[in-house]
Amino acid sequence: MHPHSIVPGRLRSATVRATALAIVASCAALAADWVNPVLDKFPTAIVCTTGLRVTDTTVTVGQLHSVTGTMAISETGSVEAERLAIKQINDLGGVLGRKIEIIQEDGGSDWPTFAEKAKKLLIKDKVGTVFGCWTSASRKAVLPIFERENGMLYYPTFYEGLEASKNVIYTGQEATQQILWGLDWAHKEKGAKTFFLIGSDYIWPRTSNKIARIHIEKHLKDCKVVGEEYYPLGHTNFNSLINKVKLAKPDLIYSVVVGGSNVSWYKQLKAAGITGPALEAKKQMLLTISTTEDEIRGIGGENVEGFYACMKYFQSLPNENNKKFVEAFKEMYKDKYGDKPVIGDVTQAAYLGPWLWKKAVEKGGSFDIDKIAAASPGIEFAEAPEGYVKIHANHHLWSKARIGKMRADGQFDILAESELIEPNPFPEGYK
Amino acid sequence: MLTKAVTVIALASVAGYSWSEIREITIMQGFAGVSLFSVFLLMALGLAIIFGQMKVINMAHGEFLTLGAYTTVGVGTLAERFAPGLFAWYFPVAVLAAFVVAGVVGLLVEWVIIRHLYKRPLDTLLATWGLSMIMQETFRQSFGARETSVTMPEWLMGSWQPMGGVDIPINGLFLLVVTLVMTAAVILNMHKSRMGLRVRATTMNRDMAGAVGINTRMADRMTFALGCGIAGVAGAAFTTIGSVSPSAGSLYIVDTFMVVVLGGAGSIVGTILAAFGIAQAQSILEFFLSGVLAKVFVLLAVVVFLMIRPQGLVAGKIRK
Repeated sequence: MHPHSIVPGRLRSATVRATALAIVASCAALAADWVNPVLDKFPTAIVCTTGLRVTDTTVTVGQLHSVTGTMAISETGSVEAERLAIKQINDLGGVLGRKIEIIQEDGGSDWPTFAEKAKKLLIKDKVGTVFGCWTSASRKAVLPIFERENGMLYYPTFYEGLEASKNVIYTGQEATQQILWGLDWAHKEKGAKTFFLIGSDYIWPRTSNKIARIHIEKHLKDCKVVGEEYYPLGHTNFNSLINKVKLAKPDLIYSVVVGGSNVSWYKQLKAAGITGPALEAKKQMLLTISTTEDEIRGIGGENVEGFYACMKYFQSLPNENNKKFVEAFKEMYKDKYGDKPVIGDVTQAAYLGPWLWKKAVEKGGSFDIDKIAAASPGIEFAEAPEGYVKIHANHHLWSKARIGKMRADGQFDILAESELIEPNPFPEGYK
Repeated sequence: MLTKAVTVIALASVAGYSWSEIREITIMQGFAGVSLFSVFLLMALGLAIIFGQMKVINMAHGEFLTLGAYTTVGVGTLAERFAPGLFAWYFPVAVLAAFVVAGVVGLLVEWVIIRHLYKRPLDTLLATWGLSMIMQETFRQSFGARETSVTMPEWLMGSWQPMGGVDIPINGLFLLVVTLVMTAAVILNMHKSRMGLRVRATTMNRDMAGAVGINTRMADRMTFALGCGIAGVAGAAFTTIGSVSPSAGSLYIVDTFMVVVLGGAGSIVGTILAAFGIAQAQSILEFFLSGVLAKVFVLLAVVVFLMIRPQGLVAGKIRK
């Protein structure tokens, strides 16, 4: 300090500090604008006029799946796939320049809990959209809430159709895309004429089997249904049912058993001598629409070898998109699954959700639900792991169906593939 | 079983099946009933001992079952990794381990929680309910929420075919053997050993038993541990028929309580009879009706029976 300076030392160092601060602040301001020019084009006030949780740099979405309970075996994959998609989107810069943040809630395999958490996400958290649900029961529980609060749900599971809400985008197949083509294939390729329908006791299996029955009895030649049985979710004792199936000797056992019950069902089938090879020797087969790689992981591949499934996606699909997707999934979850991750049909459909949402937001230029709903029909996603998909005006996806045969290692051999099937959730003559 | 056989034959012959097919199905269905009986009995045995001898309502019984199942999974994984040559023999070891682990945890639980609540049956209900939730969440945190499955050794897979067309699942037979051995062991223990004598004395007249020098506290503790150990064995046996998840215990607990209450508190013979009755009824009804309806009718029948005879099938010592 110079004792002869005109400005006292204290004041001078304060001035220096203040100037430095001002320079830094203006640099930061300029930098912020420079880093995020998107804000000029998509200011928050314009892209979000309905009070959703959108800021200049972030947008918040909700995840509503069962992480506990009997459905956890199936829904954990969906959670992981959605998080992978969101991470990939964030790495590309986010949606309209905003990074996606997640609020996750656990439905607990309990439908009233799903409804309660949906209310919380939509009313309290005001999330931009929700990726969630798996069973039809959970979807039916939350649907009134989404319609009343005008939210948007991306629903990943193959389901029974008979629904087309403007507040839901259905990224899974509906019944006509999955059930009808599969039954036609079994009838044509395997000569199946008698069918035994089995399911868990709630809306999806019952409606699916109803549609299957109508198709078998009215649209397939000389075919009939020789048995139809339902057991509660979580049921573990199928011995009597297996005896009944043996007595009925159907050409095709149509299994719509859901969730954890699958483990008991297939283990007891094997213990009773009903295996893929055994059925094949007697010109019979088992076709399921509810068992994916996720469930087989819990069942054990050696218990299901030789059974058939009809889905739109299998982890072993040989296209380029799928190879990249499986690699990315393996990389993100290698601590949890080592190098053997398991990706089922619903997991892939859940992966589509965030991407389709991003495209709808960018096409409509807004996070508002009405604009997303208006922008969605016609959106195409050619990089989907299952191949090309397009959103239909009824909020479902154009997609292909495939038949896979289960292998002992838990993966599928793909035997047949359909053309792109147009979604038709209200098929004539099936109600 | 005879009436069931007759009805099956009558209906089946109407439907146009051959005599040998009817015979095969009857045998297999009969075995399905016996298999279900062994499941119920194994679950209910532990609870009957605890409830009968100590009047403790253990709502966490299902979780001890799950504990036994997870122990089995653990032993199986260890065997796979460290002793693949001995893998075929890991199962009996696992069953033993399940008994010990569940028994030890039961001992701890009794010492920490239950012994303070003997005079208060409603409070034990609440305390064990809370314990069951704690245990479920611990399983969830330690093993993950997803269902795990244990790879069964070769000799337990598949079915036994005594005659053409009849498939008796081997794991069902194994379950039956385990149940019979456990039940025999429990009955022998109760009636032929010193420990059983002490336990029976404590149940009949606690004060007098204490007065003649029996350590009633130790008797209770051992009984609780034994009951939990049996639940552990049940859990180990169930890995062969189903999957293991943190909430697997809650699937069985309702049926278990039903068997124990129907059998009459405190009577092992009553438990056996009740398990047999409910299992056969459910099995037969499942065969002729649908799965859900069968359960409904069985439950209704149990309710009606208990309304007529509240003390259950075999009335044990009722404390007025």
